[in-house]
Amino acid sequence: MNAKKKKLIISLSTYAVVIICFVILTVMINNKSISRTLKGMLIPICSWIVMAVSLNLVVGISGELSLGHAGFMSIGAFSGIIVSGWLLNGFQMADTTLRLVIALIAGGIAAGIAGTLIGIPVLRLRGDYLAIVTLAFGEIIKNVMNCVYVSVEGTGLNWGFLDANIPGKLLLNGPMGAVGVEKISTFTAGFLLVMFALFVVQNLINSRSGRAIMAARDNRIAAEAMGINITKYKMMAFVTGAVLAGMAGALYGLSMATLLPTKFSFNESINVLVFVVLGGIGNIPGSVISAAALTILPEKLRFLQNYRMLAYAVLLILVMLLSNNPLLKAMWRKLFSRKNGESGEEMRA
Amino acid sequence: MSEHKHRQQTQMVPYPSRASVPERDLGYMPVLECNHLGIEFGGLKAVDDFSVVMGRTEIGGLIGPNGAGKTTVFNLLTKVYQPTHGTMMLEGRDMGNMTTVDVSKAGIARTFQNIRLFNNMTVEENVRIGLHNEIRCGMFSGILRLPRYWKAEKEQHEKTLELLDIFDMAGMADERAGSLPYGAQRRLEIVRALATNPKLLLLDEPAAGMNPHETEELMENIMKIRDRFQIAILLIEHDMNLVMGICEDICVLNFGKIIAKGTPDEIQANPVVIEAYLGKRKEAEA
Amino acid sequence: MAFLSNLVNGISLGSIYAIIALGYTMVYGIAKMLNFAHGDVIMVGAFIIFCGAQYWGLPPAVCILLAMLVCTVLGMTIEKLAYKPLRKAAGLAVLITAIGMSYLLQNTALLIWGANPKVFPGLFKLDTFRLFNGQLSIKPETLITILANIVIMVALTLFISRTKMGKAMRCVSEDRGAAELMGINVNRTISVTFAIGSALAAIAGWLLCSSYPQLMPTTGSMPGIKAFTAAVFGGIGSIPGAMLGGVLLGLIEIFGKAYISTELGDAIVFAVLIIVLLVRPTGLLGKPIREKV
Repeated sequence: MNAKKKKLIISLSTYAVVIICFVILTVMINNKSISRTLKGMLIPICSWIVMAVSLNLVVGISGELSLGHAGFMSIGAFSGIIVSGWLLNGFQMADTTLRLVIALIAGGIAAGIAGTLIGIPVLRLRGDYLAIVTLAFGEIIKNVMNCVYVSVEGTGLNWGFLDANIPGKLLLNGPMGAVGVEKISTFTAGFLLVMFALFVVQNLINSRSGRAIMAARDNRIAAEAMGINITKYKMMAFVTGAVLAGMAGALYGLSMATLLPTKFSFNESINVLVFVVLGGIGNIPGSVISAAALTILPEKLRFLQNYRMLAYAVLLILVMLLSNNPLLKAMWRKLFSRKNGESGEEMRA
Repeated sequence: MSEHKHRQQTQMVPYPSRASVPERDLGYMPVLECNHLGIEFGGLKAVDDFSVVMGRTEIGGLIGPNGAGKTTVFNLLTKVYQPTHGTMMLEGRDMGNMTTVDVSKAGIARTFQNIRLFNNMTVEENVRIGLHNEIRCGMFSGILRLPRYWKAEKEQHEKTLELLDIFDMAGMADERAGSLPYGAQRRLEIVRALATNPKLLLLDEPAAGMNPHETEELMENIMKIRDRFQIAILLIEHDMNLVMGICEDICVLNFGKIIAKGTPDEIQANPVVIEAYLGKRKEAEA
Repeated sequence: MAFLSNLVNGISLGSIYAIIALGYTMVYGIAKMLNFAHGDVIMVGAFIIFCGAQYWGLPPAVCILLAMLVCTVLGMTIEKLAYKPLRKAAGLAVLITAIGMSYLLQNTALLIWGANPKVFPGLFKLDTFRLFNGQLSIKPETLITILANIVIMVALTLFISRTKMGKAMRCVSEDRGAAELMGINVNRTISVTFAIGSALAAIAGWLLCSSYPQLMPTTGSMPGIKAFTAAVFGGIGSIPGAMLGGVLLGLIEIFGKAYISTELGDAIVFAVLIIVLLVRPTGLLGKPIREKV
């Protein structure tokens, strides 16, 4: 079996697994055989999967450690909420599906614009310096979102920065965030967004642009000597990641009745990074599985009560230690190579 | 910008008439012309007053002791470093304002002394990276899988196999580049460089780590590449059998300066070259 | 007068950042890793002092020494258990482990001390200094912080430049492989680095909570992130850089809050960091790196 066919099978089976999960869960929802907590988590799980897939494009495929991915989610979430509230209150658009689609697109576009503006300076830096600047941008976004007030009046929007005295119905209330959001996100929409993200990322990876992105990651100097414009392709991955994160944010924001700007903190960026690393750097199906599993896991650990997050932390450390243990790695490779005749992929960090 | 264009048009190089270019290339624009090229690193002249002319299908050699500045010349020609002095021209086009990417697009491709393959990618993907600017398909056609994508993928695949065939490597297309044996990695780098459709190919120690049999094969292949693609090749090499066997014109560097230029026979007989390589008895004692 | 008072407060806050940043920068310079759990070691140190003073009735100096001891042992244990096995692993794996460690410390503290904020006691009862007829008042904690920073800076510089261990540290930071070949015990050097960084974290915990007397399990995270920013700002891996970065960051934060906007204080700090890194991509005192082709 050649490498290309193998890649095709992996990407097709990812779609298949996501579809099967969706069908099973939908049937369970219709049978009412699903717990309330799990049902409530379905949309957030979809958002975190999209977040993980999009961050993997930046960290795994493009090789740039970004610690501010939640910032794009924040921008997407609040843009989505504003657009949805505007369409509802200003234009009396009752159709929730259409409103959700427009909100998702708006979230993606807003985050994409932010990604472009941030990417231009950030991508000039490398390694840990790039990481810290993305962290800084994430914190700036969180901080600025805390000061933004938006209201809808007639068919127009009023904006206030550090100024709550704006006429009309408030959509965004500074540090209080978005209140009274109409929950229009659905599990079906979440599922479709996951499929969309997988479609974009997997197709991008297996194309000329994707190969250029990976070449820039593996060997910058050689890639440049082959005529690849490094900045262009780093930017492509970064902005695509931002757009998808913005859409994930809009989906997430429109599934919550209230949303605080502080929700999208550094900790959330780190959480998504944990999904990506545990799922496998550069491994897209892995990101899907780990994002879903690790979103459910803390809930499943609820019986541990106060020890829940402690157990999560210990688990995280143990997984990292065991998966990087040279002895276990060698054993794993032996088992793996017997079946496949190919050593496990090792990605540069 | 306009000034730059102006310079390109007016500063055409006269067709080479000097004996430094093979006779068959006399009627053509020289592929490369360097005039007094140099670079300083904090006062140290790593390369100084480097002037050469290369004919359209010439095979040139760049030799010299370790640390003489040979790889630095390659880095200047590919704009990894910006020269501090002098000019270079590729087929009469001034390279002053070009970046590494522009140089690659304009027609100079290179290999590296310490192999720089994309180790996590397959052999085929490595060559496809070389074809990046040759067979194009935009991001959206790629994501949406438009007909253009399928056409480009097919063309790339065919071209890749055709190029790999030069070194009989088509059978390895699906292997991971990093897992290839050393010699094959060197050959793959040459194929990848050829994929960019260069006018001038720079080979940095192509025979390093190869056994005499492999080196013999490599020499034949270099000649074959030149004849088939009608391109110029400039190589850095320590293996004198290879250099003297295939280079038509050799340039010897020492401490960043050209100390001798000429045909293999001239170089072998040149006392200055022998001195640079072996040292001078009297000075060594003093 | 407001300006002077802001200046003093800025230097004081900056001094705290600087001391924390030293921990980050030394560990980064020598072990080439971002120790995200460092901020939480500060929190542990502060809690030990809190317990010592509040529950066990220990004298102030003993509290501080005890906290330093506990943090040193904690730092070395973390290094030995979590980071040492990953010395050859990819950088991201170490980063995630450090994040796990940070969660672990925070949640352990949550179990022991609870989520409610504790009021940190002033250890030394000193009078507020009043200058210019009482127009400028400086809290004693502020002066202690600045003084502590100067002492630590001088001591550390001497340690790094004069002692054998300091020399070993510089060697390991320059080239770990070569240092090992020269017979330097790399593991011990890294261990000592963690010990020093963690002991400094305990002091930072005390100073931080003396100036901002609210103590919870998450107390260390934000100052940790900012101090890390300060280390990068000054040029990560450089000890004078950490000092300079820390003090500048403190000044920017205080002045930004005072003259531009209180709500946007953090945003201003991070914006300045970004601008500095764009002008000098390796920080103020960092050395430019050139990749060999």
